[in-house]
Amino acid sequence: MTDAGRHPRITLLTQSEVKEITGFVGNFHVKVLKRARYVKEKECTACGDCATVCPVVVPDEFNVGLSSRRAIYSPFPQAVPSSYAVDINHCLGHNPIICGKCIEKCSKRCIDFNMNDEELSFDVGTIIVATGMEPFDPKALDEYGYTRYENVLTSMEFERLINAGGPTHGHVIRLTDRKIPRSVAFIQCVGSRSPQRGHPYCSNICCMNTVKSAIMLKEHYPEIEVKVFYIDIRAFGKGFEDLFRRSKGMGVRYIRGLPGSVRQDAAGQDMVLTVENTATNELETYRAEMVILAVGLEPPAEMKHIQEMLALQKTSDGFYLEAHPKLQPVDSASRGIFFAGCAEGPKDIKDSVTQASAAAARAMRLMNPGSLTVEAITAEVDEELCTACGLCAKVCPYKAITVDVKARVPAKVTEASCSGCGTCSAECPVGAIRMNHFTDEQIEAQIDAILAEEPQKQVLVFACNWCSYAGADFAGVSRLSYSSANRLIRTMCSGRIHEKFIWRAFEKGAPVVLVSGCHIGDCHYINANHFTERRIKRVWKKMEKLGLRRERLGLEWISAAEGIRFQKVMDDMENLRRTVTPDEIEATQQILLNERTKATRK
Amino acid sequence: MQKPESHDTARIGVYICHCGSNIAGAVDCEAVAAYARTLPGVIHARDQGYTCSEPGQAQIKQDIREFGLNRIVVASCSPRLHEPTFRKCVSEAGLNPYLMEMANIREQCSWVHSLDREGATTKARDLVRSAVARARLLDVRTELEVPVRRSTLVIGGGVAGIQAALDLADAGYPVVLVEKQPSIGGIMAQLDKTFPTMDCSI
Repeated sequence: MTDAGRHPRITLLTQSEVKEITGFVGNFHVKVLKRARYVKEKECTACGDCATVCPVVVPDEFNVGLSSRRAIYSPFPQAVPSSYAVDINHCLGHNPIICGKCIEKCSKRCIDFNMNDEELSFDVGTIIVATGMEPFDPKALDEYGYTRYENVLTSMEFERLINAGGPTHGHVIRLTDRKIPRSVAFIQCVGSRSPQRGHPYCSNICCMNTVKSAIMLKEHYPEIEVKVFYIDIRAFGKGFEDLFRRSKGMGVRYIRGLPGSVRQDAAGQDMVLTVENTATNELETYRAEMVILAVGLEPPAEMKHIQEMLALQKTSDGFYLEAHPKLQPVDSASRGIFFAGCAEGPKDIKDSVTQASAAAARAMRLMNPGSLTVEAITAEVDEELCTACGLCAKVCPYKAITVDVKARVPAKVTEASCSGCGTCSAECPVGAIRMNHFTDEQIEAQIDAILAEEPQKQVLVFACNWCSYAGADFAGVSRLSYSSANRLIRTMCSGRIHEKFIWRAFEKGAPVVLVSGCHIGDCHYINANHFTERRIKRVWKKMEKLGLRRERLGLEWISAAEGIRFQKVMDDMENLRRTVTPDEIEATQQILLNERTKATRK
Repeated sequence: MQKPESHDTARIGVYICHCGSNIAGAVDCEAVAAYARTLPGVIHARDQGYTCSEPGQAQIKQDIREFGLNRIVVASCSPRLHEPTFRKCVSEAGLNPYLMEMANIREQCSWVHSLDREGATTKARDLVRSAVARARLLDVRTELEVPVRRSTLVIGGGVAGIQAALDLADAGYPVVLVEKQPSIGGIMAQLDKTFPTMDCSI
């Protein structure tokens, strides 16, 4: 920690939040809001004189509320930067009539209430997302009585109690009578491995954390009785099984079964746990003077903001989705953005550190050459066809198109800013925008080829590269089986799907067509899928007007992690396809042919 | 605007990968290769054990030279996995990497229709037909080279963020480490001992 604080090449921005990130790999533009500390970070010596005179007392977050701190405080003794900070939400202010005591007390004069929040802007080549996790809050699991009974604690609270630097200087005491408990019970999987009671996934660290805590208790108090209630102990890592065995050798008792209820006894001190012991098949009752809930890990709430800013994807667990589960475990699907630590999934310190070094190496590999090539999937304008209507510039999520509507100057694409979604090309009313590598001709050739043989048996699917196509791949990796009627056409974004592709498919005899993309808000191209939605709604209206069944055109949002959803959508589409008769297909073709003739006559 | 080049001269090579039994277990790869030979523009088609393997790639390169192929279709796994591999392969044989097209007959075919050999084979044929039709119209593309800033933003100052920042900074890259709390350290700083070695966390 101190190394990071004083490294000449690390700029440390604490009390800071990333507000905005634009640009692309190699050239990200970042805006950070740095909140005022009201203490000059470089000058404060952390002597602590200021805190001795501060009259405001609030719960100390670092000790999870088990002790208190002042409104001017150092978060913990080894904090980096080693500087006090003013908790401005609780501080009484610097008006000398009301308070301002700390300013007087500070002999170095480093408290400055005139500091302002700052907005900092800078550019970087790569980004590492290490936003971590939050411990699960067990209040909702009523049977364990957390907060109802003072002697039921979470593993985080226990961690602070047994810590020599904690509020009790490492003495584990129970909160009701400040006595060292003679028996402690740990309950595992609190908030983990249960879709109904917390999260369906295993939080990875809680088994070993409990084993560690149990050993520490036995080392501190050899006479103490320690019981662990568990489903199964997952001691899979290097040295883990040894540690687990050591705890058993020290007398820690493991009981297979999670308590159904935790109650306080009549004296209001000891806890009574009722558990179905699945090893003995007996309903058993145990007494413990203290109960520790081994809480799981969950994604932090503020992850959403970063996810939206960087167009990242999440798994169904809520953690970030890596580009490939085995071959690119620290890369995001967006080039130049990497994951480290629990942001990608619950893991212990060793795995976090390993992953962080991997992410750093991946970032270096990308930056070291000094330049990189970007995929040549960019839009181009045919100036002869362009009528300078300006529609393309309006829909471009990257503002990569300039057009002067008044002066009738044709549109121009800035290649370096174009990310290749193809929304402009799908929006252009005169076909003047060529989306390279995903041209109209190429996509139409695929539609024609797919529908060239037995079109009545096909489910034609347009899938975006980043979400729905990746979701289909995920269904494959998971070996989910579904109807084989579908034929996918991959485009980079669902925004690329021009209305005319859909009409062409129906003209060629497609019974059903599906357009699929990223969920709204998760689009890899900022908001391009809003235009997909708008376009499909337009086609639906026209279908209704022409007397076509609008449900024959589907629109589904499927994320890269939703293999199961992809499977279901494919089966649903196949069921829908079976309802479309040859007569209906023929009638559709006739209606569209008539429309085309009318349009040509005009 | 660059005019697209003429497409009627396409000489396409098609490669159907068995991926061991991953694809061949559900798809009749020989039949798909035989079908591919009947498609317009296809000069040469063959099925292979593992197209991504060294011998598989060498075969493609050899065929490009021998048959004068100028478009390649690889029917194997997802382009999200091996598109870079085969782009590199064809460019080593002197072909523009954008003249390579993939048909996904593993993740989106053999792996999800493993009990329906007939359906899977028909689907693989259709996907190859679609890929060949697209390959015929592919254009030469040149990638734009952009400069990369040699600096990194690390979001989050817990143990992972600190480690990543230190590795990068030690290697000579400037790092901005952003943390929302007044101190870095994250959850790790709150722990006393850590498993399995029971050493101190800070």
